[in-house]
Amino acid sequence: MGSSSVFTSFQFSDFGFLIEAAGRTLLISVLAISIGTVFGCIFGWILSVARIVGAVTLGAVLDVFRSVPLLIQLILFYNFFPIIGFNLSPFEAGTIVLIFYTSSLVAAVARGGIDAVPEITRRAARSLGLSYWQDMRYIVWPIGLRAVLPSWAGVALGVLKDSALVSVLGYVELLRASQILITRTQEPFLILIIVGIFYFSLSFPISRLTARLERKWHYD
Amino acid sequence: MEIAVLAMVVGIVLGLGLAIMRMQGTRPLAWFAVGWIELARNTPALLQLFFFGFGLGAFGLHLSPFLIVLFGLSFNNAGYLAETFRGGFNAIPATQTRAARSLGMTQSQTYIRIIIPQVFRLVYHPLTNQMVWSVLMSSLAMLVGFRELAGETQFLASKTYRIFEFFLVTAAIYYVIVKLFLAGARLLSWRLFRY
Amino acid sequence: MIEINAVRKNFGDLEVLKGIDLVVQKGEVISIIGASGSGKSTMLYCINALESIDSGEILIDGVDAHAVSTDINTLRRNIGMVFQQWNSFPHLTALENVSLAPHIVLGKSSAEAEEIARRQLEHVGLSDKVDEFPSRLSGGQQQRLAIARALAMDPSYMLFDEVTSALDPELVGEVLDTLRLLSEEGVTMLVVTHEIGFARDVSDRVAYFHEGVIEELGPPGQVIENPNSEKTKKFLAKVR
Repeated sequence: MGSSSVFTSFQFSDFGFLIEAAGRTLLISVLAISIGTVFGCIFGWILSVARIVGAVTLGAVLDVFRSVPLLIQLILFYNFFPIIGFNLSPFEAGTIVLIFYTSSLVAAVARGGIDAVPEITRRAARSLGLSYWQDMRYIVWPIGLRAVLPSWAGVALGVLKDSALVSVLGYVELLRASQILITRTQEPFLILIIVGIFYFSLSFPISRLTARLERKWHYD
Repeated sequence: MEIAVLAMVVGIVLGLGLAIMRMQGTRPLAWFAVGWIELARNTPALLQLFFFGFGLGAFGLHLSPFLIVLFGLSFNNAGYLAETFRGGFNAIPATQTRAARSLGMTQSQTYIRIIIPQVFRLVYHPLTNQMVWSVLMSSLAMLVGFRELAGETQFLASKTYRIFEFFLVTAAIYYVIVKLFLAGARLLSWRLFRY
Repeated sequence: MIEINAVRKNFGDLEVLKGIDLVVQKGEVISIIGASGSGKSTMLYCINALESIDSGEILIDGVDAHAVSTDINTLRRNIGMVFQQWNSFPHLTALENVSLAPHIVLGKSSAEAEEIARRQLEHVGLSDKVDEFPSRLSGGQQQRLAIARALAMDPSYMLFDEVTSALDPELVGEVLDTLRLLSEEGVTMLVVTHEIGFARDVSDRVAYFHEGVIEELGPPGQVIENPNSEKTKKFLAKVR
């Protein structure tokens, strides 16, 4: 540490650098969460309908995404494409892997949500003349959503935090930005605190909110 | 892989302590526990590792990569496990304690014979999930210089430039380890919980 | 003998027991009736100190149940309690449920404790269920299991807190029959109950609780058939 010309202290412009990187964290997270959730709901529906066959085929494939470290998945995916000819940017590779990862987690949650709706309730709906899809839309969706919103929020927040791993591919999201700044300013503590505050201020309120919602819904 | 198990064990001990602090402790202790728990659960694990690495380094405390990973993962595990334990304890009705005390059992007899076995059954599944998590997270050790499975792979791969193949094998190894562990845990649960 | 003298208890601002006086002799069966919230269950919990009292005293064979110097665990060995929601230990078989306390509290050997447990389970009519887990037993069976568990400690006094209120109607009978059997064997019993018929047929004395005091106390022939107090009459009219 000291006043070598390589090190400069933390400046105001660095804050802007961090904000920009935070924006990229949000970008990749929101993309992965939204697209991953859509796919995950579809997969979850398939799993709940196809039962054993689904579990053995789609389920087994999705399971892989949960049984291999995300870090390894990112590295593998990123390094796969040069082999077959074209290059993906870290952003593209990272987003795609995160989408797969999210969808496998959401599939399990969605499947749980569909199964949480009592069979008798659904039968009542069908016996009133609702079609299968009307049953899904007006009965299963509201009830299932309430049942699994906390779990889904947990998945979403997990993806937000895991987006930090895309930094290993070189994508300059928030954690990578913090590493760069630390090397330059030699003020790791300050920077890590700032970065920690960012993640915390997104994650904590959301998880508190869903906890409160869950308690509220439990009482009716 | 040993680091994952070690971090889990330490995490269980710490997590149990945090849960007790939060449920039964004095105000400052409870606040401390909540602080730890919420920090561990709301920030990326990698950030926590960096904290033990670079963060402490700012104060001149340079831990070996092994310790960075151990402390970081244990810190993280403890936070999640504390909530798991707390949920388990809260799920046991107070009436069980009442019944046990009415028979003349002491508080510690009640805990050991009645409460803890029931809590264990409730937290078993989340505990196995956390263990899987710990195994998967141990791959982050690679990013702070600790050479376990993933780090070893990177070392070898960088020598031969065959990144994809090496990491594919590594991925397969992780997969097998996780699957074996889960299968073993399932078998064990059938034997342990006959009710 | 249990002596309850001028016992008062509050839950925060709410005064639940407003001065209870009662003496329970050995071998007596006393039924306690009254509306919900009148303090009946609370008083039971005060007897074995599962709840604290704010003033007055409770003496069990001369020992103050709420004195700081009293070893409450020793005292509780002598008082058996059966709860409305039986509270069986779900992770232990019926046999283990009953033999646990004699083994670890009374210090009996495993063989002795098991012997006692088998005897009590037979006593309440559950000998064919000794190795079942409570989850496989009906409510009435679990309640009888709870009774056997309390009896296994060989207590001088048995407290029953509305033990049939949570049961399906067809299961109430088997539990009341067990209580009847115990009363005939001379067990000292304090029974909080809504079953007026049982109170009339089986008790030596009946206490009617009204808003935290014992409004009326006497033999069933008086309290139930021919009450002195207007309030007692009103309650019985509602319940019958």
